[in-house]
Amino acid sequence: MSTAAAGRGPARTWQHFKWPIGYVVVIFLLFFLYYAILPNLVKGVSGPISQWLPVSTINECLMWAIMALGLNVVVGYAGLLDLGYVAFWALGGYTAGWLMAYPFNWVWNFHLISPVPPKAPGTHINFWLVIIIAGCLCAILGVIIGAPTLRLRGDYLALVTLGFGEVITQFFKNSNNVAGKNVAGGDPGISSIDPIGTGPLGAAGIAPKLLTNSPAGNTWKILVLGFLVAICIFVSLRIREGRLGRAWLAIREDELAASMMGVPLVRTKLLAYAVGAFFGGIGGVANASGITTAVSPSGFDFGKSVLVLLMVVLGGMGNVWGVTIGAFLLSWLNSAGLKQIGVQIDQIAGTRLEAVLPRYNYIILGLLLVLMMLFRREGLIPEARTKALMNIPSRTEAESLGAESLEVEAETEAVEHADAAADARILASVAAVNPVLEQAPTRKEEEP
Amino acid sequence: MSESLPDTTQVGGTPNVPRDPAASPDDRGPVATMARPTGVDPVEGSVLYADHITIRFGGLVAVDDVSFSIPPKSVVSLIGPNGAGKTTFFNVLTGLYKPSEGTVFLNGKDITPIKPHVRASMGLARTFQNIRLFNLMTAEENVMVAMHSHLKSGVFSTIVRTPGQRREEREARDTARELLEYVGIGKSEGELARNLSYGDQRRLEIARAMALQPKILLLDEPTAGMNPQESAAFNDFVYRVRDEKGISVLLIEHDMAVIMKISERITVLDRGTMIAEGTPDDIRNNQTVIEAYLGKTGTREGKRQKP
Repeated sequence: MSTAAAGRGPARTWQHFKWPIGYVVVIFLLFFLYYAILPNLVKGVSGPISQWLPVSTINECLMWAIMALGLNVVVGYAGLLDLGYVAFWALGGYTAGWLMAYPFNWVWNFHLISPVPPKAPGTHINFWLVIIIAGCLCAILGVIIGAPTLRLRGDYLALVTLGFGEVITQFFKNSNNVAGKNVAGGDPGISSIDPIGTGPLGAAGIAPKLLTNSPAGNTWKILVLGFLVAICIFVSLRIREGRLGRAWLAIREDELAASMMGVPLVRTKLLAYAVGAFFGGIGGVANASGITTAVSPSGFDFGKSVLVLLMVVLGGMGNVWGVTIGAFLLSWLNSAGLKQIGVQIDQIAGTRLEAVLPRYNYIILGLLLVLMMLFRREGLIPEARTKALMNIPSRTEAESLGAESLEVEAETEAVEHADAAADARILASVAAVNPVLEQAPTRKEEEP
Repeated sequence: MSESLPDTTQVGGTPNVPRDPAASPDDRGPVATMARPTGVDPVEGSVLYADHITIRFGGLVAVDDVSFSIPPKSVVSLIGPNGAGKTTFFNVLTGLYKPSEGTVFLNGKDITPIKPHVRASMGLARTFQNIRLFNLMTAEENVMVAMHSHLKSGVFSTIVRTPGQRREEREARDTARELLEYVGIGKSEGELARNLSYGDQRRLEIARAMALQPKILLLDEPTAGMNPQESAAFNDFVYRVRDEKGISVLLIEHDMAVIMKISERITVLDRGTMIAEGTPDDIRNNQTVIEAYLGKTGTREGKRQKP
């Protein structure tokens, strides 16, 4: 609003970088905790830490954050409810399976900047290249799914996406016989996908060459996955501040008005879908290569779509940081939190919840969602705009409820009070001069 | 009903003529035609030309063979009783409905098959009867949304924030502020649209429509909810838009005082057909209009007043 900011748009202060800096600090702290601090601590201290926050859980949290950020573009930015987001996660995972493994009946060997030994059979392509390929493939799939469905609105779109999510899973389930060919291994899927390579860092002996599920590998994965999340956050933040981000917001607000203002609806929605799908593909590769090292159709069930959606909704739709934290929180609960809470309760109450709580995770997460909807509908860290919607009634609403008259009342009251105070002062000064006058107001008060 | 009465009496200038209630709608007299004595081809000579538009919803004929033109730099309006098909016709112009028959020309180009958002970017801007702003966006952002079709930056240039993208954003922001200034709400650029007062929301809608760099501005009941001073100021504003920006304005209005003062030409619809077209004076004295538009009201009122 100031003239200084007039030319450049929103003013950038250090406040603007508070969250990004915080994020980088947290990632590096976690890394150093596991890299340098934890091995040197006594067992009594390091034990609880690695139980409550195992390094594998941190990696899962980061992987889910990528997914949640992707879905946030679709649901939070553009307002399109997508219940089949798992489809992109699956396709990303299978891309990793195709390009980073020795799957089933592969007949040729192909290596491209891959960290695995050159003699290893199968296709082995560098993790980062696969990420880009998977992202692009998923974006294309997003457009293919989106083109016919994005003409639908609201509930209908949600239902169709739900269907597509299932279709993709079923496709991979039956992929061992697609016109007589084994495309993706069918039910068992593809296993032993290459771990992430560390390239120059590994060659220099700083990090392990391959980030397997060993303690050292898991520790370094924090940095790799943390970097991927950082990219997703960066893209999410940048993309919303511009022509496209505005168009998405406008579509979310009022589709008809947006199209009447020259925003091509299908095209803009497709772009949201493609960007979200790209993130989903990254998440799929990160999951397949970094966490499970295998893909199978059973991992890509509808529950995963719901879980990602929960992260977005609980974290605060549309707010990148809220969604990231929502993803961290829920995947932590899912992976280690519920179990540890169960262990604690067992110790105090003598129950046997340790195994039960993680099994009933969806009941607990559902309960959490209900509670959130009751007490904090806007999510943990809501988008500023949504907060305004939830907390402050709009001006027209307020005026139709008579806020204006209330304001007027308050004003007149204030004026009256000021007058009364002034009256009292005048009276006091007059009374000091003429004691007879003093009785006038008191008598007046007695009269009625 | 009682609210619309003062308007109707103002228009006619003549007392409400009691009409024979038995008279069928057919004998309202000959329908005034669009033929203008200009001799100019209406397709070429008009910014917008709707040629013999018919819209049927199932068996219902909402608009029946209406032709309509908007000359360059003019202020024209479309009036008619409730249910006359004004908004339906409006929606054909903006592309929300496809006409069952007929063609719409914009600047001599057939735009009948063209989608609404493309029409918008071609210079057909509108406002809405019940304000439809992007409530959770600031006034400035609202205006910038409408520039979408004139901006070029894509996904990658936005992420990388190339110099070109930044310059484009800066220019768009400046234009948006100018437009807000132009409609008189320059101070509210950072306010969320929902927090603006009713009148300012109407202004913002017009600013947003003007961001499309339109050739025609279609205003759907722009003075609804305005007080007389505000609608008087609105008159001046419409002419300012017309003269300074060279934009033609089409109004749908109920407020006859505004219509008669503001319009250069008026088209009257009734039950989907065009019953008259002409200058405010023509319309004021057109017997068909008075009968169809005002007479009926008078008849009904007259009937009600019978003991």
